Amino acid sequence: MYVAVKGGERAIDNAHAWLAEERRGDTDVAELSVAQIREQLKLAVNRVMAEGSLYDPDLAALAIKQARGDLIEAIFLIRAYRTTLPRFGHSVPVETGDMACDRRISATFKDAPGGQVLGPTFDYTHRLLDFKLAAEGDIPDAPGAAPRDAPTPHITGFLNKEGLIQTEKESDDTPADLTREPLALPADRPLRLQALTRGDEGFVLSMAYSTQRGYARNHAFVGELRIGRVPVEMEIPELGFAIEIGEIELTECETVNQFQGSKTEPPQFTRGYGLVFGQSERKAISMALVDRALRWKELGEDDMGAPAQDEEFVLYHCDNIQATGFLEHIKLPHYVDFQSELELIRKLRREAADASATSKEAAE
Amino acid sequence: MDADLLRGGFTNAPVDAAHAFRAAMNVMARPGTVETLAGAKPPAPLSVAAGVLLLTLCDPETPVFLAGVHDCAAVRDWITFHVGAPLIGPERSVFAVGGWDDLMPLDRFTIGTPEYPDRSATMIVEEGETPLVNAILRGPGIRSTAAARLPELDAFQRNAALFPLGLDFFFTQGGRVRAVPRTTKVEAA
Amino acid sequence: MSLMAKAPGASVARLWAALEMVPEFHWLRAPEVGAAMVRGRQGATGAPFNLGEMTITRCSLQLESGAVGHGYVQGRDKDKARVVALVDALMQGDMAARVRAGMLEPLAAEMDAAKEARAAKAAATKVDFFTMVRGED
Repeated sequence: MYVAVKGGERAIDNAHAWLAEERRGDTDVAELSVAQIREQLKLAVNRVMAEGSLYDPDLAALAIKQARGDLIEAIFLIRAYRTTLPRFGHSVPVETGDMACDRRISATFKDAPGGQVLGPTFDYTHRLLDFKLAAEGDIPDAPGAAPRDAPTPHITGFLNKEGLIQTEKESDDTPADLTREPLALPADRPLRLQALTRGDEGFVLSMAYSTQRGYARNHAFVGELRIGRVPVEMEIPELGFAIEIGEIELTECETVNQFQGSKTEPPQFTRGYGLVFGQSERKAISMALVDRALRWKELGEDDMGAPAQDEEFVLYHCDNIQATGFLEHIKLPHYVDFQSELELIRKLRREAADASATSKEAAE
Repeated sequence: MDADLLRGGFTNAPVDAAHAFRAAMNVMARPGTVETLAGAKPPAPLSVAAGVLLLTLCDPETPVFLAGVHDCAAVRDWITFHVGAPLIGPERSVFAVGGWDDLMPLDRFTIGTPEYPDRSATMIVEEGETPLVNAILRGPGIRSTAAARLPELDAFQRNAALFPLGLDFFFTQGGRVRAVPRTTKVEAA
Repeated sequence: MSLMAKAPGASVARLWAALEMVPEFHWLRAPEVGAAMVRGRQGATGAPFNLGEMTITRCSLQLESGAVGHGYVQGRDKDKARVVALVDALMQGDMAARVRAGMLEPLAAEMDAAKEARAAKAAATKVDFFTMVRGED
């Protein structure tokens, strides 16, 4: 029997009203502005932009405020919003070699041209709570020094000159787009990179960590990590040429991985690549490690059966909006489904009881 | 780009496009019916209805094929500015615009795949030159039968036989639009 | 256009107001908010891939003089897009020198200064290595 029910409209309206009140919290405490979130919770904003797959700091900050700080909920809001935008076109691929670097470090070459620039990093902090931040106060200006006037070259370029690292094939092929066509396997590397850059930071981090612990170990060095701003250029049809339409902050990680050679490839270093919106270096490094692990087929490596090598496992589970959508739907009413399960269990128990009664009778 | 060609787009894009989309959907859902499209002033030889359909249904991700006299600088520039659609040969086009004879042969166009029958081309046939014959239409969206005038019958019979693959057709003249989707069975009247 | 696309909306609005220009125009394409798919390259130099979208706003207009201006700006500021298109159109006429001096030059100076200040802070965090012990002896 199928029973359709409706109701709960008043309860839902009241729940939303209470949600709005709870979001605001104690009205004796000043309200957070979107600009405050954008400026002071920048790394949360960056994560929402990267996984929401839309670069717009104001919108990401608004989403965080609306989601009460639940970043996956905020990412959900951004994903929903971006589907309403007409797409005017695509950019010329960004030139990360021209980046105005805030931070640029290499774990492989101490004396790389351009030097080791730490930028505004947590790395050498002591991870002790700073109780001074609990009080308001002015922050003194950070010191300056004579800025570098030339672009900072990519470090893998030096290894490339010696032929010690696998070269990236130049190409201008149109990449497949996850937001336009459903993910089809096997996925090529551009499609995998798109899935990883918008994938859940926690998931990609765990996958990357698993490769370090020995599940498809590929021994990565951070050849280079850079964070900074790059201009974005787009061809404008009515002008007939490309102009800069903006500037975005990116984090780029290139890993250099030891490689013993295989049946098809000589011994050389290989690469993993991570590129993420905003300052998101944990994510960029994780992405590079997972990218490298997923390249086993192309490099003629063995399938170790490791999760990070399994393209289907990684790509179908890295999207936190797909994951949370499916996960959270099970809390919504399933009264009818469950009713049929209940019927089934009762029937099975009845049958089992009847069967044991019959065998008892037979024994007597 | 000639400034005159930068005119003639929707003046209120969200509302104009919503009205046009509703009309396009209605004629596809009810083959044989006619609707009027307005809101754009495309350059000749593009009709108002064809121009409105392009503004409503196309964007930078829907390559368009311009057939015959429609493949001219004025139309190309207008589409480039207002629609942004890439202009391309018939084989990979998602929309094609032109007179019936210029669109031939139809087997150049993509009819979709069994997994994705929707990845097929849509024809926007500009009426005018080609003489029409009387036809009877049957199928989804038609109560018993509908009468229509079409350039020929064979092409639509062959197309319907490909179902669920196949092409879908809009016919445009001035501001008027009607449609014959792949689900429609066409017979001689 | 490239300069103004990246400029802060508040600076564009302030400089435009100071120019005190109210040119008559009509829209060829009213301001609309949309997205551009940003692409990167695998390994920084290889095949392109889709990184994610960014919001952009665009518009096109024509002045009484017939000059056509286009505006493409990052973000969702329709008013900024309008000013960029007006400046684009005015730069084609006899107002060009006034617009350059009142808008483009101060904007370029402001943005260069901001970029320089950031680069200086980055330079101050560059590591100087000191050799403590050499192992040759």
